Amino acid sequence: MNCEEVKGVLSKINDVLEENKLYLTELDAAIGDGDHGLNMSKGFKALVKKVAEITKDDLGEIFKASGMALLSNVGGAAGPLYGTAFLKSVAVINKKSSMDINDFINVLEISLDGIKMRGKSKEGEKTIIDALAPAIKSGKAAIKENRNEKEVLKAIEEGARKGMEETKNIIATKGRASYLGERSIGHQDPGATSLYFILKAVAESV
Amino acid sequence: MVGIVVVSHSAIVAEGVKEIAAQMAPEVNIQCAGGTFDGRIGSDADKIFKAIERAYSEDGVLVFFDLGSSRMNAEIAIELLEDYKKEKVKIVYGPLVEGTLLAAVDSSINKKLDYIKSSLENMKSKKD
Repeated sequence: MNCEEVKGVLSKINDVLEENKLYLTELDAAIGDGDHGLNMSKGFKALVKKVAEITKDDLGEIFKASGMALLSNVGGAAGPLYGTAFLKSVAVINKKSSMDINDFINVLEISLDGIKMRGKSKEGEKTIIDALAPAIKSGKAAIKENRNEKEVLKAIEEGARKGMEETKNIIATKGRASYLGERSIGHQDPGATSLYFILKAVAESV
Repeated sequence: MVGIVVVSHSAIVAEGVKEIAAQMAPEVNIQCAGGTFDGRIGSDADKIFKAIERAYSEDGVLVFFDLGSSRMNAEIAIELLEDYKKEKVKIVYGPLVEGTLLAAVDSSINKKLDYIKSSLENMKSKKD
């Protein structure tokens, strides 16, 4: 996938988040501060605009601009978390003009490390991590079975979906929802859900 | 004198905390980074970065925050600083209102950065 195609995927992510803005906000209103939908939509709109200005054939530049756009336009906890994910990813795709499925797995893995570091968080705390970690696991398993690119992306999406649904059963111990304790049970995590939408958009646009 | 930055999800909270601390130590450089760039509730790495720059001197800066995402944005703001400034800017894991107040008083009597930070993190609330 070349730089223009990556920009196309980012734009598709923006569309999917826009479509689901109200849904994300509803999820967040139940256990958080109710701004996740709006924040993600603001952030990705700014991201798409920034990325369109890049003329260099370098994925590193695209990811760096994406990370900075999210950092300064999201507002909620998602800004520093998704922003860090994009900025950390620069290390694995810098100076490249195209990426394949293995690069994408590397991007997801370093993003996971970045999000864990920034959020001082781990699996099982009802966060983005609970969708991202199983997505990577499922993608890697598909690669091992020599499945084609499209199938691997579908496996990543499926892993994220299962992880996201599983967050309903977790008591939040990180972020605003942690103040609710047991009352957070039964609610799906908005961060895990936005991550699922992102990976779904990737799978659908390739 | 050590400078102080107050980070809150709310611009009003940040200003209020500054107001209380400044009453005790008006000579200390206290800067606010409350809310997002477009006036919403939230925190903003760029806003925090600019507040740190305004509060900065060779004596360093202590950054106080209210909730988790303010802490994350404060960390990012520090990472964006020039290298020689980074080590002189520290985030304090202590109470926001009392912590800022005590830091301001300590700073006004020329206590050093590390001393203030460690005394705040071991501090017991004086509310009771």
